Amino acid sequence: MTDSTVDRLAQATPPTLARKVKGLSDRAIAWLFIAPTIFLLLAVNIFPLIWTIRLSFTNYRVNRPNSDVDWVGTRNYERILTDEDTWEKMQATAHFLISTLAIQVLIGFALAYLINKKFKGDALWTTIIVFPMMLSPAVVGNFWTFLYQPQIGLFNTVVGTILGTDPASFSMIGDVHLAPWAIVIVDTWMWTPFVMLICLAGLRSIPESIYEAAECDRASGWRQFWTITIPMVLPFLMLAVLFRGIENFKMFDLVVQLTGGGPGNTTTLTSIDLKREAFERWRTGYASAYAIILFVTVFGLASIYVKALNKVKER
Amino acid sequence: MTQFLQGLLRLRRGPWEMVASILIGLGVVMLMQPVLMIAFTYSFIVTLTGTVMFLIVSHFPE
Repeated sequence: MTDSTVDRLAQATPPTLARKVKGLSDRAIAWLFIAPTIFLLLAVNIFPLIWTIRLSFTNYRVNRPNSDVDWVGTRNYERILTDEDTWEKMQATAHFLISTLAIQVLIGFALAYLINKKFKGDALWTTIIVFPMMLSPAVVGNFWTFLYQPQIGLFNTVVGTILGTDPASFSMIGDVHLAPWAIVIVDTWMWTPFVMLICLAGLRSIPESIYEAAECDRASGWRQFWTITIPMVLPFLMLAVLFRGIENFKMFDLVVQLTGGGPGNTTTLTSIDLKREAFERWRTGYASAYAIILFVTVFGLASIYVKALNKVKER
Repeated sequence: MTQFLQGLLRLRRGPWEMVASILIGLGVVMLMQPVLMIAFTYSFIVTLTGTVMFLIVSHFPE
């Protein structure tokens, strides 16, 4: 800021405020500025977390506010961790998480690599590829339900034509074995562009001079890929995995729209189960313990992941 | 290995963070594996121990 701007700002400050601020130290003024943010963080993040931890040790039900609330110790945790149904839902979540991350990273990176090779109309292709990401999950869930229709669905017709089978002979959403893959396909379709964009940012940040130096040293294209491209894109790729991993761990809307957790419980992810416990069965204490288990898992994973990310960046 | 053990004894960040990371990773695998119910039952306590340990040891000197 120039001196004149500072003068103008000083003149514009109301005299009463100026008098009050004048006596404060720099540290006090800094606290004054960050206090609202800290207050908001405490009110919106920390307080609910502490309250949830407290509720997880009780039998509180939010739909019975006047009934007695008993301290049940770790009983809620014991019930969750010895329940086979919950175990199955954890496995469904793990299947969804691992499959989507692996496929999205592979396709996302491949697309970014292709788009990074400058060609005619690459900007148009980028826009077209990014399009699914801009849609609402509710909309995506709805129209993929139509695409997956055995009788009239485009997906079934295309797959049936390729495999030479009757399109009505299989149901992506209704089949116990296919339904988990149905949600993986839709999530991949929707969120691969996000991974692609982050990878593209990583690829475009690599200076051309490094490749030129490698060319001078007669490094093959394959060697350049493994010793320049991959190590330099790795921090970006890891960030994409972190974002998608956390998002998919709490995936809810898309799956509810597509399968509603069915058939049976095959696509009931932990977030859907948690919502049912909290707002359909109204077992608030139990649901709080469930939420804490998920929170600790994600928090722990994110901690070691961020540490690994920092190590990769330092290299 | 000796260096790792010495780091643990001297309360150095690196080795202790590694122990905490292994515990967290093990806990998550135990939580989501489809083989042993008993592993699922004890997964949370392992993850929680690792996470709390990670928070504490990340303040240890390098």
